[in-house]
Amino acid sequence: MTPLAGFLLVAALIFSIGLAGALTRRNAILVLIGIELMLNAANLNLIAFWRYGPHPEALTGMMFAIFSIAVAAAEAAVGLGLVIQVHRHAHSTDLDAMNRMKG
Amino acid sequence: MQVEMTQSFAHTASCCHSFIGSFLWLIPALPIVASGVIALLKQPKRKTSAALAIGSLGISLILSLIAFAHVLGDWTRGMSTREIAGITWLQVGASNVDLGWVLDPLSAVMLVMVTFVGLLIFIYSVGYMSHDQNFTRFFCFLSLFAGAMLGVVISNSLLLLFMCWELVGLTSYLLIGFWYHKPSAAAAAKKAFLTTRVGDIFFLLGMVWLFAETNTLLFYNSGAGSIEPLALTAMLGQHAVFGLSFATVIGLLIFAGAAGKSGQFPLHVWLPDAMEGPTPVSALIHAATMVAAGVYLIARVYPLMAAGLPVGAVGLGSTPALITVTWVGAFTAVFAALIAVGQNDIKRILAYSTVSQLGYMMAGLGMGGVAVGMFHLITHAFFKALLFMGAGSVIHGCHEEQDIRKMGGLKSDMPLTFITYAAGMMALCGVPIFFSGFWSKDGILDAAQHWSVNKAPFYMLVFGALLTAFYMTRQVAYVFFGHNRGERHAHESPSVMTMPLAILAFFAVLLGFIGTPAWPWFHAFLEGRTATLNMEHLFEPLMLTSALVVFVGLGLGWSLYGNKAVKAEDPDVLEKSVPLFWAWARDRFYMDELYGVTVIAFYTWWARVADWLDRRVWGGLVALVAWAFRLWAQVNRFLDTNVVDGTFDKGCEELYTGGGVLSRVQNGRVSAYLRILALAVVVLAAILIWSSRA
Repeated sequence: MTPLAGFLLVAALIFSIGLAGALTRRNAILVLIGIELMLNAANLNLIAFWRYGPHPEALTGMMFAIFSIAVAAAEAAVGLGLVIQVHRHAHSTDLDAMNRMKG
Repeated sequence: MQVEMTQSFAHTASCCHSFIGSFLWLIPALPIVASGVIALLKQPKRKTSAALAIGSLGISLILSLIAFAHVLGDWTRGMSTREIAGITWLQVGASNVDLGWVLDPLSAVMLVMVTFVGLLIFIYSVGYMSHDQNFTRFFCFLSLFAGAMLGVVISNSLLLLFMCWELVGLTSYLLIGFWYHKPSAAAAAKKAFLTTRVGDIFFLLGMVWLFAETNTLLFYNSGAGSIEPLALTAMLGQHAVFGLSFATVIGLLIFAGAAGKSGQFPLHVWLPDAMEGPTPVSALIHAATMVAAGVYLIARVYPLMAAGLPVGAVGLGSTPALITVTWVGAFTAVFAALIAVGQNDIKRILAYSTVSQLGYMMAGLGMGGVAVGMFHLITHAFFKALLFMGAGSVIHGCHEEQDIRKMGGLKSDMPLTFITYAAGMMALCGVPIFFSGFWSKDGILDAAQHWSVNKAPFYMLVFGALLTAFYMTRQVAYVFFGHNRGERHAHESPSVMTMPLAILAFFAVLLGFIGTPAWPWFHAFLEGRTATLNMEHLFEPLMLTSALVVFVGLGLGWSLYGNKAVKAEDPDVLEKSVPLFWAWARDRFYMDELYGVTVIAFYTWWARVADWLDRRVWGGLVALVAWAFRLWAQVNRFLDTNVVDGTFDKGCEELYTGGGVLSRVQNGRVSAYLRILALAVVVLAAILIWSSRA
């Protein structure tokens, strides 16, 4: 097994854990954490493909990862802001209670 | 009467010279305008409407007097006026339809009579109708009638005359049916309208024929008119049927119209029923003016009736048209007088008397010429209006009682009415020397005596005169003498009603002196001759006969009815002595019943046939077509609901269901959305993997 395959396996594992968390959890904060896990799994993939790719001297993978982390940070900030607003509004962070906007 | 045959005047040129000749149309126009204004008044204003009607007719009277004075002035200068003016109404191809008016002695005399009598009756109506709530409407109709009647009088065109004639008929209908809430009044109005319409159809036919022959309907048009010698000669040359010339046939058709309006036998049946209208209406329309319109019409178209006779040749033979007029007139005179003997309604007696007197006028026209008939028309208008208004006063005074058997003794209760009524009654009977009716009736009898065709009309008219004296005596004896048989006390009428009576009584007496045989001024005036005073003719043998007849009639009447202590329920003297005659006279010789079983029965049958055709044949056809269309509509509806609508509805339903299914996905649960998202990613990945493999 190549080191790349190991990295990808770990990244797939983390992604699956994040996905499972995002889908099964009803608490909004936990769902956000799940999403963060999935994002970081994607970052891990980016780094791994860059490190073991044909041009490791160009910092392309690193750039993607840093971008992705910045976006994830922004997303987390927005997401947490929303959760705080929802909690103030409904006194709960349960996502199933947040069903007022259904079609 | 044997008048001096002096030279007739030459006619003045037929153009409008004078102011009044050109503005003659104002005379009928004013009352018509007044009627329109009254009709448009916002609220029924009694005083305004009466003032408008009386004022406009008053101005018409003044204008008529100016016109009369103008004609009189021409006459004293030895000219016979005939001023015509008019307008072209329609232009159809090469022929014109002209309307116009004419000022000649005939129309001038008639104008003064109609406006004067009309004005008095208008004033009288103010009193008579004072309790009526439809006072305004009454004056509106009355004014319209006066205008239309004056239009008839001034017409120089048969068409204009016919229009006004029909307007007169309409107002007559409206006024007879004035109290339309009474079924009898409504029926009488209908009867009058329909009966006169029978005559008018013939009149219209005659008019159309005259237009076809002469291409003009103007009477006088500087030689080109339809009753001037040129046209008459042309019409005499052509023969219709039985050797009658066109002129005669057209004359007879026009006479049929005149007979309808003037209540000549057999179209007299409407006139007595017309007494259902208010009494001033009976006086104005159904005694003095409108019914005289028929006589006036014959006088107006006299050249047509007398076509073929040498001018002024009275008593030298006659034309078929004039002979018909004479016989119808003479028969009507006697027939109606016989019925009048058996009537008990004060107004009906006068109505039959009017029919009878109109017969005299017609006979006078037929035998003696225009002047003889017209003289009786004028005198009759005055004394008959007087009698009707007197009767109105009596009815008013006796609290709307019309049955003479329930009156009596009114001589002392209503002295003014009694005196004036007596004057009218004696004028109608023809009491010698001092009453106008004597002179005018004597003129007719004189013409009849010298009529070369047949002597029978003379004896008929003499018998009629006897009957006239008899039935009037009977009426006066019942109403004014004896004791009061009514339930309530009678009172004299207000002065607004008695004053016109007095004025009319004055004229009923005096008017005779303008047409005595000794000084036939009226005849000379109408015929355009100079009147000469000739004392030789002051008394003629005929006068003795007619005076004798009148006194026999008066005496007979007084001996049977005078001062007898009768009760209201007692049978009439005649009923006891000659029951058969009484029954026939009382039931109007069963003329209404005769019409009922002939004409009306035929029309009823015909109406049933038409009704059956309408219902079964035409109605069936219509129903068939309707059924076919309904069937077609059903097919259309089926197609619409099941094919067009069905398709559309089904599509809509499917869309709705689909929307319902999809809307379930949008349940608002974030976790569910995420699941779907994840599932979609898995599917996407699977597709990508699967496609990259291939």
